[in-house]
Amino acid sequence: MTNLTALTLADARKALRDKSITSVELTRAHLDAIEKAKGLNAFVAVTAERALRSAQASDARLAAGEAGPLEGLPLGIKDLYATQGVHTQACSHILDKFKPAYESTVTSHLWRDGAVMLGKLNMDEFAMGSSNETSYYGPVASPWLPPNWTPEHAKAALTGDKKGLLTPGGSSGGSACAVAARLCLAATASDTGGSIRQPAAFTGTVGIKPTYGRCSRYGMVAFASSLDQAGPIARTTRDCAIMLRSMAGRDPKDSTCYDAPVPDYEAAIGRSVKGMTIGIPREYRLDGMAGEIEALWSEGAQWLKAAGAKIVDVSLPHTRHALPAYYIVAPAEASSNLARYDGVRYGLREDGGDIVGLYEQTRAKGFGAEVRRRLMIGTYVLSAGYYDAYYVRAQKIRTLIKRDFETVFAAGVDAILTPATPSAAFGIGEKGSADPVEMYLNDVFTVTVNMAGLPGLVAPAGLSATGLPLGLQLIGRPFDEETLFTLGAVIEQSAPKLKAPAPWWA
Amino acid sequence: MANLINGATGDWEVVVGLEVHAQVTSKAKLFSGASTAFGAEPNTHVSLVDAAMPGMLPVINVECVRQAVRTGLGLKAQINKRSSFDRKNYFYPDLPQGYQISQYKSPVVGEGEIQVDLTPERSFRVGIERLHLEQDAGKSLHDQSATMSFVDLNRSGVALMEIVSKPDMRSAEEAKAYVTKLRTILRYIGSCDGDMEKGNLRADVNVSVRKPGAPLGTRCEIKNVNSIRFIGQAIEVEARRQIAIIEDGGVIEQETRLYDPGRGETRSMRSKEEAHDYRYFPDPDLLPLEFDDAFIDALRADLPELPDDKKARFMRDYGLSAYDSAILCAEREIAAYFEDTARHGGQKRDAKIVANWIMGDLSAFANANSLAVADAGLSPAGLATLVDLIGEGVISGKIAKDVLLLLLGPERGADPRALVQARGLVQVNDTGAIEAAVDAVIAANADKAEQARTKPGMLGWFVGQVMKTTGGKANPQSVSDALKRKLGLD
Repeated sequence: MTNLTALTLADARKALRDKSITSVELTRAHLDAIEKAKGLNAFVAVTAERALRSAQASDARLAAGEAGPLEGLPLGIKDLYATQGVHTQACSHILDKFKPAYESTVTSHLWRDGAVMLGKLNMDEFAMGSSNETSYYGPVASPWLPPNWTPEHAKAALTGDKKGLLTPGGSSGGSACAVAARLCLAATASDTGGSIRQPAAFTGTVGIKPTYGRCSRYGMVAFASSLDQAGPIARTTRDCAIMLRSMAGRDPKDSTCYDAPVPDYEAAIGRSVKGMTIGIPREYRLDGMAGEIEALWSEGAQWLKAAGAKIVDVSLPHTRHALPAYYIVAPAEASSNLARYDGVRYGLREDGGDIVGLYEQTRAKGFGAEVRRRLMIGTYVLSAGYYDAYYVRAQKIRTLIKRDFETVFAAGVDAILTPATPSAAFGIGEKGSADPVEMYLNDVFTVTVNMAGLPGLVAPAGLSATGLPLGLQLIGRPFDEETLFTLGAVIEQSAPKLKAPAPWWA
Repeated sequence: MANLINGATGDWEVVVGLEVHAQVTSKAKLFSGASTAFGAEPNTHVSLVDAAMPGMLPVINVECVRQAVRTGLGLKAQINKRSSFDRKNYFYPDLPQGYQISQYKSPVVGEGEIQVDLTPERSFRVGIERLHLEQDAGKSLHDQSATMSFVDLNRSGVALMEIVSKPDMRSAEEAKAYVTKLRTILRYIGSCDGDMEKGNLRADVNVSVRKPGAPLGTRCEIKNVNSIRFIGQAIEVEARRQIAIIEDGGVIEQETRLYDPGRGETRSMRSKEEAHDYRYFPDPDLLPLEFDDAFIDALRADLPELPDDKKARFMRDYGLSAYDSAILCAEREIAAYFEDTARHGGQKRDAKIVANWIMGDLSAFANANSLAVADAGLSPAGLATLVDLIGEGVISGKIAKDVLLLLLGPERGADPRALVQARGLVQVNDTGAIEAAVDAVIAANADKAEQARTKPGMLGWFVGQVMKTTGGKANPQSVSDALKRKLGLD
C-alpha cells in the first residue's frame, strides 16, 4: 500500500471493509505523518498508544463483521472537546494539566461508531480568534506555502516564530491544518462565529457548521453557549456528511440539543439540485470586496445553475449589523461562561495572598490577551446601565437577522450562496496586532449564520490569484443540512480540483 | 394602632417585606442528578455540573418545577405558564460556576396572597410579589485551618424557592406570624420541610420606618436570618436603629446588613455603592420553562387541603373554636392525628374533649420529650379508646391522665381498656361502697362536717378526702352527691 494518508475518509472506510488495509496500518501511517509534521503545530497532544490499541480493536471488529460506521478511521479532535483522561484545555493556560473524568457527547458518539483518536488539535484559546494565533500552545502553520516562498524557506520558518507562514484560520486552525496536511482523515471542530468555515476556506477543506442544536454541546468547553456548535472539517463533502451523521444526535444532557433522528447525510450527496432555488444576498456584496472573491461567487452560482438550480437575488437587510451585534452577544456569554476558571477547583492556580488575589493572579496569568479583551467587553456590555444599550439591542438585531433569513426561505429559497471569507489566508503575525477589529472582519460572512442558528457549509471553490484556496458558503434552512451536502457536492464537482499541498514541512 | 413605635419625636411605623429562601423538597438538585441529602461528608453529593467542570450543562429537574408550581397554587398565586432562567454573576469560592442560575426577569410564580393569623382569632393579609426557582451556593468553611478556607459543595445547586412578599407587614410580630404561616403552608404542601436548623428556610428582611401616613422610607436589607425569633429581633433592633438615626437628623443609607444575635444589633455588610453588579442575563444553556393548563390542573388536583380550609372545616364540622382549630391545624400531622382520633372506629366522639387531650397532656408530653405529637407513642386508636373510657364512666378524667402517662411510658402499645382492667383503675360506681367511704370520712372529721353545714364551700375538701381513701377510683359525681345528702347540703 502506498500513500494511506492520501485516502479520503470514505475511501479509507471502503478499504478497511474490503480488508485491503488494516486500521493499524492506517493509524500508524497517520501517526508517522503527525510526527513528521510537528513543525506545523497542529496537534497539542498525540495519543499514539491509545490510537494503536483502538485500531487493533477496530481491526478485530472489522474481521468479526461488527464494524461501526466509522470503524478504524483515525481522527483528530479539537482541544475544546472533553476527552476522558486526555489533554483538554481549549488551548488555554488556565486549564493547565486539566484531564477530564468525562467524555463529550460528540466524541463519545465517534468512539461508539468505532473511530480512532489520534490526539488533540490546536485551536485559538477558548475558540476566540480567527488565525489560531491566540493559542497558549503557539500558532499553527497552514500546509499551504505562502505565495513566492520556497519549501526550504518555509521549513526553516517553522522552527522560529512562524512569521510570514500562512495561518490556517481559526479558531479550528489545528483541525483544518491537520486535515489539509493529511495528518488525519477528518477532525472535529467547532464554530461560534465562523471557526469551522473560515479555516476550511483557508485550507481548501470542507467544513459544516450544523444547525444550532444538531450536535450536543455537553462536554464542549463553552465559549458562547447560544452560538457554539460542533461540526466536522474533512477533505470532501461526503467525508463531512459521514462525520456529521455520527457526531449529531439527541442528548438529554443538553437542553438545547435537538430531539430528532439524524438523517443519512451521505445519501444527500449526488442528489439532483434541479428545481432548487438558490438565493444570492445583495448585502454580502461589500464595498471594496476583492474582485477575485466576487468572480468566484458568480462562478459558484453558474455551477449551481448549470446543475439545474434557479438563481435569484435576495435581500438580507440587517446583515451589516451582524458583526457588531455578534461582538456583544458572544463576549457577554463568554464573560459568564469563563467565570468558572477561578483557580479554586482545577487548572492553573496562582496564589495571591487572599481569595481576590488568587482570582486576579490566576485569571491574569491564565488567560491570554484576546480572551481577556473579550471578557472585559462582555463584562462591560452586561453591566448595569449598559445592558439595555448593548446586550438587549444586540439581541433585537439578532431577531431581525433571523427574520431576514426566515423571509427569504419562506419565499421559496432552498439555500443561500455567499463567499466564505473576504480574502484568502493571511500570514502569521500579519493581522490584528494593532487593531483587533481587523481580525474580527474575517467573520463578516459567517457570523450571521450563527446569529440565526442556521446550518452553513463551506466547500473549496478555487484558487486566489496567489494560488491559495478560496471557499464558498452555502446557508440552509434550519435542520436542512442535507440540501447543503447536495449543493456542496455540486460545487466540489464543478470547481477545479485542488492539488494537495506538497509536504514541505516533513 | 398598637403597632407604632414610640420615638422621641412621636410615633413611627415600621414597614417590613421579606424574601424567604425555602429549600425545595426533592431528591436531586435543581440542575443535576446529585443528591440533596443533608449531613453527608463534605463534597460527596457533587456532580460534574455542580462543580462547574468545563463543558458541563444544567438540565432542569422537573420535580423542582412541580414543587414551585404546587407552592404557587398554595399561595393562591398567578402561575406563569412561561418563565425563564437568568444568570446572576459574581465571584465566590462556594459558587463554582461564577454565577447563580435564578429567575430574574420572569419567575415561575407571580402575585399571590397569604392570610396570616396574628392570633387564632385575628388575621391579616400579606401580598406575595413572586416566587422563583434558583440554585443554592456551596458552603465556605473558614474555621478548619488558620491559613486556608475550605469549600463544601454538597449544597451547591440545591433548589431554592425565593418567595418575595410585598412590604405588607407593620411589626416584628406580623413578620414572625407571616413566616410561621408561610412555613405551615410549605409543610402542608410538602414543597419545603421548613427545617430552619438545617438552614432549609432563611429570610432576607427588608426594614424601613416612617411617620404614619408618610411615604415609604429608605430600606435596609438584613441578610440571611435563620430563625423566626431572630427575624423578630432583627426587625425590632433595626427599626430602633433607623428611628434613632432619623431623630438625630441623619438619613438612612440603603445598604445590606447582618443581624448579630449575640450582640443584638445589625451591622453593615455593604453599602449601596459597594453593591454587586450581578450582570443578569438570560441563561443560554436553558430553554424557557413552558407548561400548559393540564400540567397545572393536575398539580392543583393533587394538592392537599390547605391550613385555612382545614381550620374552617374543623370549626364547621367539629364545632371547634377558632383557637382550637388554629392550633390543631398549625401542623398537618397534628390535624390528621386529631381527625383520626375523633373519627376512630367510625364513631363520633366529643371533638372538644379529643382536642383538649391533644393540645393538653399529649402535647405537653411530646414537647417535653422533643417529639412530634403523632410520634409520642400513642396511636389515634389508643387516644380514642381513652376518651371513650372516660365517656363511658369507666375511668375518671383524673385517672385517665395517669393512664395516658402509662401508655406513653411503661405500657407503650397496650390496649387502654385492658390496661385499666389489669391495673384495677376502673371507677367505683357501687353506691354502697361509696356511701361507706363517705360515712367513714364524715365520722373521722365530725368537727369539719359540722362546719360544712354552714360553709358549703368545704364540700370540695370532703370530696378530696373520699377520693383519697378510694384511691381516686370512686366516681366523683357519686361521691359529691352522697356527701351533699349526708351533710344536709341539698
